[in-house]
Amino acid sequence: MGNFPILTAVTFLPLAGALLIMLVQTATGSNGQDEETRGRQSLMAGLIFSAATFLASLVMLVSFEVDAPGYQLVEEVSWFAGIQYKLGIDGMSLLLILLTTLLTPISLIASYGTVKHRLTEYTIAFLVLETFMIGVFCAMDLVLFYVFFEAGLIPMFIIIGVWGGAERIYASFKFFLYTLLGSLFMLAAIVFMYMQAGTSDITVLETYAFAPEVQTWLWLAFFASFAVKLPMFPVHTWLPDAHVQAPTAGSVILAGVLLKMGGYGFLRFSLPMFPDASQFFQPMMFALSVIAIVYASLVAFRQTDMKKLIAYSSVAHMGFVTLGIFSFTEVGVQGAIFQMISHGLISGALFLIVGMVYDRMHTREIAAYGGLVNKMPIYAAIFMLFTMANVGLPGTSGFVGEILTMTGAFQASTWAAAGAALGVIFSAVYMLTLYRRTVFGPVTNPALENITDVGKKDLITITPLIIGTILLGITPNLVFDITRESSLRALQMITGG
Amino acid sequence: MLDFQAMISAIGPELLLALAGLAGVLAGAYMGDRFNGLSFKLGAATLLLAALVVIMNWEGGEAFGGLVTTTPFVNFAKCISFVAGAVTLLMAEGFLKRHETIRYEYPLLVIFASLGMGIILSASNLMTLYMGIETLSLSSYVLASFHRDSIRSSEAGLKYFVLGALASGILLYGISLVYGFTGSTDYGDIASSERTIGLVFGMVLMISGMAFKVSAAPMHVWTPDVYEGAPSPVVAFFATAPKMASMVVFANLLFTAFTGVFEDWQMIIAIIATLSMLIGAFGALIQSNLKRLLGYSSIANMGYALVAVAAGAEYGAAALLVFMTSYVIASIGLFGGVLSMRREGGMVESIDELAGLVRRRTGLALALTILVISVSGFPLAVGFIGKLVVFQAGWNAGLLPLLIVLVLSSVLAFGYYLRIILVMWVKEPVERFQPVGSTVALSVYAAAAACLVLFVFASPFLEWATQASAGFIQ
Repeated sequence: MGNFPILTAVTFLPLAGALLIMLVQTATGSNGQDEETRGRQSLMAGLIFSAATFLASLVMLVSFEVDAPGYQLVEEVSWFAGIQYKLGIDGMSLLLILLTTLLTPISLIASYGTVKHRLTEYTIAFLVLETFMIGVFCAMDLVLFYVFFEAGLIPMFIIIGVWGGAERIYASFKFFLYTLLGSLFMLAAIVFMYMQAGTSDITVLETYAFAPEVQTWLWLAFFASFAVKLPMFPVHTWLPDAHVQAPTAGSVILAGVLLKMGGYGFLRFSLPMFPDASQFFQPMMFALSVIAIVYASLVAFRQTDMKKLIAYSSVAHMGFVTLGIFSFTEVGVQGAIFQMISHGLISGALFLIVGMVYDRMHTREIAAYGGLVNKMPIYAAIFMLFTMANVGLPGTSGFVGEILTMTGAFQASTWAAAGAALGVIFSAVYMLTLYRRTVFGPVTNPALENITDVGKKDLITITPLIIGTILLGITPNLVFDITRESSLRALQMITGG
Repeated sequence: MLDFQAMISAIGPELLLALAGLAGVLAGAYMGDRFNGLSFKLGAATLLLAALVVIMNWEGGEAFGGLVTTTPFVNFAKCISFVAGAVTLLMAEGFLKRHETIRYEYPLLVIFASLGMGIILSASNLMTLYMGIETLSLSSYVLASFHRDSIRSSEAGLKYFVLGALASGILLYGISLVYGFTGSTDYGDIASSERTIGLVFGMVLMISGMAFKVSAAPMHVWTPDVYEGAPSPVVAFFATAPKMASMVVFANLLFTAFTGVFEDWQMIIAIIATLSMLIGAFGALIQSNLKRLLGYSSIANMGYALVAVAAGAEYGAAALLVFMTSYVIASIGLFGGVLSMRREGGMVESIDELAGLVRRRTGLALALTILVISVSGFPLAVGFIGKLVVFQAGWNAGLLPLLIVLVLSSVLAFGYYLRIILVMWVKEPVERFQPVGSTVALSVYAAAAACLVLFVFASPFLEWATQASAGFIQ
């Protein structure tokens, strides 16, 4: 292996696949085959490439040394004006990359048979998006990070805008402009940091001490970007729209990976680079997190659209992430990283579950369902598992993330932890209500009479997520061992380690 | 004693263009219509040759007792302008052929306009500057009304002429004031003369005149009308080569002749830049005609370029070259896109005509997407690097309010650029465009490829621009 640039390979393998699909499809033209057949071929090819990317990322996992401090598998090439093309990973980015490479093939499988028009472009968009997502998590240069961070918007914009629901144009614009406005503040901060420190290398900037008053502004600029991405109250309003309008696979990626970039950003940049400002803003972050948890849970309870309900539940669960991060305790930060991974699996699964019935019934109205257990017993069981995981039942990964972030928060502020605990109760209320109204009771909607239970494709997509959720719920140390060094590094400037 | 070698190194390209232009007039007079087809290729070849001569005499020199001085800074701009002129000339041929207005006067006018660009870039004396500007402008007026049977084209030409003549008058008045109060028209003498109110007054008038030439607000009003009315290949030319040349001349004038009154003009340029960025962005938001939209977009982009100018020579010179080059490349491609929009019964210009382009012409749609991304300054293409260096320049010069406007205007700009992408990718496809020949398609693809390549390999590009501007750094 030696000097093989594994990170570059993993990052750009999907992009290479996208280019190949495009070239082959353009070169062969429409010789006799209809568009749908050709689209299916593209989807299969895309699946092969994303699966290969997943395997390549497993190689990354194998060559990763758990106990080694600092960044590993670093690659470095000068780009322009002192800015480098530098990639590297630590435990946190490793797991997030694995999450990305796992969810992408799953989303492509889930699209099989459900997305019918323009499958070639659809596949290309997902593969390009995958490259940018992986790039975000392994970029070791601020400007490079920004490039990947922003570039990912375009494919997602197209995915929502082309393959979304009725209000897709509005939702895609809202998604794009919200995120963009936040990011431009971050760009300004990045340019400033680059000017001040003379480098945009993340490893150097982590130990560079910015003056406290400067930190405040820089922190706010980064906050503008990450808070939108995460999303935090009160800039979360783009998320329900984007989720409802996005196709199922788009929602899976959006909730599973894109939201995590916000939490990743806080841990990678805000805490180590602006420790004073982070501490200064701790009360605000706690307040916003608790508001997000409680408020989003209450709003979720009143939703009539299944996807919207899960979208608001995502906002609430991301509140736990920020709560854990800004507790500045090892247990809280570890919990936050865990919660990100766990939420990636659970929310991804929940969107798939909604997608399964949507494909059959073409509605997401909760009221249109009821009594599904009579017709789809396996579906009901899977749904039950992920309902419980989302509520935070012990034995599932959802429990570990919530308990640890709350433990961390408790050490910092009793009130914040108490408020967050309220959110756990609420989450049980809205999830169980959702489950009861869709799955239990008599079959009231005559259209449900002929609904079929989950098929082979559905099982293929959901099984890895089931395994992941339970495995992490039972042996969370798998994650903690890998992320310990990352958490300590995120905290070292604050706790003075 | 005339030093021939030094003269060539200073004005070699201009001599070449002038001789070629005159030879072209003669050839046209003898050959008549038989010269029409050939003239376009010869014209483009001449321009490329002129660019080559520029590169061969990169370090430049002085001629005519200081009336003309070339430096790497202006040679950079000359090079890009001539190449852009050549490319747009080749793109024009097919269009003019289909509209039965293919005449050898067209390439000749482009060559004379390029000659004007060469002269203004080389100018180190206000008289030279004015003569060059008139050469460029007079050729441009005729080009704008080249479709003499079309009302819109004639109207565009007339509007351009009347307002352009006014701007030239203002510029000339400024020149006369500067001359009156400093006693010289030489850049160096003006720079070393004392600051008087008359000098500042003259400078303000000159800035107004130059602002017209680069279509910066509040002298921008002609831009959307001329962009919409003039024939598309002519607009492709206007939007690229003269923009690059005029903007660099503008900067060169301020950086060298008016370096002594930096504080006076910095504020004015900052205001002009702010207005341009805002008016360009807001104006473009509501356009449905692609050419008009690009007109407003060019106003906004000139605003960004002026941020680099306002940053001063030391910080802004290299940034200006990088930004303008990336803008010119993207513009060539985008106007190639405009030229590709042809249907049964003529050209179409509405943004909605691009609907579903990705289904009909995937390659073209992808290339246009890249170009739009680049011109909007989004990461992934060279436009991002252009905006980044402008931002850096402004930051180094401490122009914080200007940068805030730059960011806001960029966000607004995404609104309308995004709409173009959306229309191409999302809307239901409409009828397929008619083929317009391989030159246009090739230019679009080449421009898109250049946007990506220069983004990935930005380092040599930036170094080239930095070296070219090294003369400004003390």
